[in-house]
Amino acid sequence: MHAEEKMTHETWPASPEKATLEAKNKFLGFWFFLGGETVLFASLFATYLALKDKVPTADHVLAKDLFEMPLVFLMTMILLTSSLTSVYAMYHMKNFNFKKMQLWLGITVLLGLSFLGLEIYEFNHYVHEFHHTFSSSAFGSAFYTLVGFHGAHVAFGLCWIVSLMIRNAKRGLSLYNAPKFYTASLYWHYIDVVWVFIFTVVYLMGMVG
Amino acid sequence: MANQQSTSGNPRVDLEYRRKKNVEEMRYQVITFALMIFLTLIAFAAVGFGDVSNWFTIPFILLLAVVQVIFQLYYFMHMSHKGHEAPQLFLYSGALVGFLTVLAFMTIIWW
Repeated sequence: MHAEEKMTHETWPASPEKATLEAKNKFLGFWFFLGGETVLFASLFATYLALKDKVPTADHVLAKDLFEMPLVFLMTMILLTSSLTSVYAMYHMKNFNFKKMQLWLGITVLLGLSFLGLEIYEFNHYVHEFHHTFSSSAFGSAFYTLVGFHGAHVAFGLCWIVSLMIRNAKRGLSLYNAPKFYTASLYWHYIDVVWVFIFTVVYLMGMVG
Repeated sequence: MANQQSTSGNPRVDLEYRRKKNVEEMRYQVITFALMIFLTLIAFAAVGFGDVSNWFTIPFILLLAVVQVIFQLYYFMHMSHKGHEAPQLFLYSGALVGFLTVLAFMTIIWW
């Protein structure tokens, strides 16, 4: 199958994300990258766990004084929902429905943006209300590195999805761009995988003490 | 598994079949999503309303996180489908190295 071929409902393959050689390589390469990302985030988690609540003097805030449940809960729900909306986008991609795929990707982007907005609010709040900054303590450095790295992934994922949407807006679906959309959606799910551990290990475990 | 090329000579029949498979798969995805929301609610509730001691709460919410991540990987990221042997190798290798890193930082390195 040629990547540039104009497709119809009948000729669209069942697994368009793996129909061409380029797509197969992309699929394999991307999962290899995700394996590496796992190691990267694990080392940041390890650093955070080792440096949690390590502050120079007693007037610095600790994890249990800092985190508030409603905000974290809202952020978790938003990111989890955005994972489902990108599943819907891939469902429409497999059914060769370009318009609906774009629509669900658009919803995913909006949810991702609201997550990012809440995270910026959160960091701003910590810095101004609690003087908990990147350089205030080892705890602060480890916290902002871990959570900030995840936030940077969200920002990158948003740029990625938006560029794909704009670049392919007039092209429609083809075997050339279907794998691109598919890898972007894998990346988006992976961001949610990391967040599950962040809300558990950093926030919930931080609140129990 | 859903979404494999069928060898049926008639593309129309094939299309109908695939559509139905996709709808079926989407239903599983929504069920997965509901379960993930449910697990998240339990984890937050365990910490929010829990008078239970930490030695129980912490392993419990970690277990919930692992289950939720398995759902995400196997259903949302389709690792349950055929042809995902290499992704499993990559991801589990990464997870193993990651686990050892966390273990080392929490036990044999002191600060």
